[in-house]
Amino acid sequence: MRTVVCISTWMRISSRLRTSTANTMARIDFKNVRHAYPPPPGQPPVYALQEVNQIWEDGGAYALLGPSGCGKTTLLNIISGLLTPSEGAVCFDGQDVTRLPTTERHIAQVFQFPVVYDTMTVFDNLAFPLRNRRMPEKQVAERVEQIAAMLDLQASLKNRAAGLTADGKQKISLGRGLVRSDVNVIMFDEPLTVIDPHLKWLLRSKLKELHKQIGVTMIYVTHDQTEALTFADKVVVMYEGTVVQVGTPVELFSRPNHTFVGYFIGSPGMNVLPCEVENGTAVYRGHRVDVSNLVEKGLDGKLEIGVRPEFVAFSSHGIPVRVDKVDDLGRFQVATVNHDGDIIKMVLAEDAEIPSENPRIRFEPDNTRIYENDWVVEAVSQ
Amino acid sequence: MAIELKKVTKRVGAQMHIYETDLALERGGFNILLGTTLSGKTTLMRLMAGLEKPTTGEVWFDGKNVTAVPVQRRSVAMVYQAFINYPSFTVYDNIASPLKVAGVPKAEIAERVRQFVELLKLTPMLNRLPSELSGGQQQRTALARALVKGAELVLLDEPLANLDYKLREELRDDLPKLFADTGATVVYATSEPQEALMLGGHTATLSAGRVVQFDRTTVTYRNPTSLESARVFSDPPINTAAVEKRGGSMHLSERVHWKVPERLASLRDGPYLIGIRPYHLLPHGEGVTVVGEVQIAELSGSESIVRLTVEGNSWVSETHGIHAYDLGERVEFFFDANRCLYFDVDENFIPA
Repeated sequence: MRTVVCISTWMRISSRLRTSTANTMARIDFKNVRHAYPPPPGQPPVYALQEVNQIWEDGGAYALLGPSGCGKTTLLNIISGLLTPSEGAVCFDGQDVTRLPTTERHIAQVFQFPVVYDTMTVFDNLAFPLRNRRMPEKQVAERVEQIAAMLDLQASLKNRAAGLTADGKQKISLGRGLVRSDVNVIMFDEPLTVIDPHLKWLLRSKLKELHKQIGVTMIYVTHDQTEALTFADKVVVMYEGTVVQVGTPVELFSRPNHTFVGYFIGSPGMNVLPCEVENGTAVYRGHRVDVSNLVEKGLDGKLEIGVRPEFVAFSSHGIPVRVDKVDDLGRFQVATVNHDGDIIKMVLAEDAEIPSENPRIRFEPDNTRIYENDWVVEAVSQ
Repeated sequence: MAIELKKVTKRVGAQMHIYETDLALERGGFNILLGTTLSGKTTLMRLMAGLEKPTTGEVWFDGKNVTAVPVQRRSVAMVYQAFINYPSFTVYDNIASPLKVAGVPKAEIAERVRQFVELLKLTPMLNRLPSELSGGQQQRTALARALVKGAELVLLDEPLANLDYKLREELRDDLPKLFADTGATVVYATSEPQEALMLGGHTATLSAGRVVQFDRTTVTYRNPTSLESARVFSDPPINTAAVEKRGGSMHLSERVHWKVPERLASLRDGPYLIGIRPYHLLPHGEGVTVVGEVQIAELSGSESIVRLTVEGNSWVSETHGIHAYDLGERVEFFFDANRCLYFDVDENFIPA
């Protein structure tokens, strides 16, 4: 009950916010941005960021997703101006800001661990970025009240920040990121790391809802697919310094452009199996497999079939397998099967039966694709 | 080693950290402590390790009272969330360090290290320093060091919490296998229900300093003895509501009611509680029909998570596929009354 009430109040407040703000927003353009950190003497530079051309639409909710070391922090630092890229340009609304310092970019950032002034009250913490910009005290109070209401912090506004739990402190950090109305973009760097799972879920919903209401561009950096997919309208997946796919959660799931996306999004990840093409047909270890994207052009790179565990099913005829184990994960079961030394994962319904004799499997053709050198075939033309 | 806590309590100042707890862990078992922060997971582990002394009660290892035995003499290894390695030692020396301290002969050290680095896929990294490793490799090094001692009790306190999602997935798959080979008794603390299910073994649900239930993981999950146990073991949260039995029907409200499942037909009339797993509340199908007002709809890859108000209750539906809704939209949802969990007003599970 309580949540419901609080969300509706907060929607009311947010719609007011939207009208009172909405001045400085911007579309962010990355034009041929590359970055290499200084190499050891005598060695060629290694690019932490390969060439990135990326448009961040004004008002979008983006997640930047990838494993550690994929270049997402480098990319974030280039947007905020903490880092000047070795090549290329960054534009805000068409204006080149590549060399503009952070302070002139009108950006708010929320970090992984709470940054809180312990000796100040919760109110003063939230008011800090506004007072720094000499906002009249009356407006400050109004703004702080609004943000506090959104984050359920009203009751503790007068308390010292020092006495709060890690969750509470991180909420203040979030609040400070959200309190300014004159920002081009709000960036979150793994903001829910210190939050308990049960609360994480709630805060994630709130952030997403908040985004809908205030409409400021938000970029949310994380290595956690669940966080990325639930928060963002568009997810930018990075791998080894390259943006491998930009898409909605549904697109990333249903049509991975790159085997890494298939592996990284979804749990368990996509099955990737070696294959050959013979007479216009995909063949996996001697078994003909129907795929959705076979094209006439010659394929001469490393060829693989990608199929998600959700689209592998037991079938009376098909590829013979040995069932190695079945895990009961509550909502569904995960079967690990083996064909000729290849491990294949299958996601099965909660009450699905596992065949006890001569199990065979089949791949759903509409969701089975050929990849050449890790990229989906015909991906470029799409 | 078999571990037993007998009527153990832990009080710090005026605060009870652990209420009276009896818990018996089998030799060689993989045991999960599942609960939120401050539910008592870490305290229970520290009591088992001997890093804390119980306020009252006893700790027994293999039928011997070890309550007064200090941690150094308990054959225990503990791995924390924040993994710790010696920064100036190579991976090999990090893993070998407890054996060197114990004065194990060099050849035997080499053999034991080799065995564990192979299991943990660290062989190519033996000569690197921790700073040259990924987070996952560092945590595996810390794990190998804990394992190489051959401790009979291994305590893992949210060991994967700091790692990448995918690495967690891999290690969750590997860890139970790994320990099954060593024969050690393992206690593993986590706050994530999904992680407990993936790891298998036995699970104790913890809430506010109490062990609510302890059983095989699938039993604790499928047959919670209390609503609290079901709450701890559900993410998103399990849907709950007060219902009333009137003769042959169960009422969620005046409008919404269903036939009492056969196994519960002999219950007396009156108030009860129900629990419905989020994935048993669906936007399609058949069964009991309820109308929910959508509060928030989240889409994540192949899943839709919808938070809605049903007859004054805040519920969540988790379904496969993409179902987009407008906020405030009123939508029909369905659940199978036979899949509901039924509890009495004191939140105890009602068996058939």
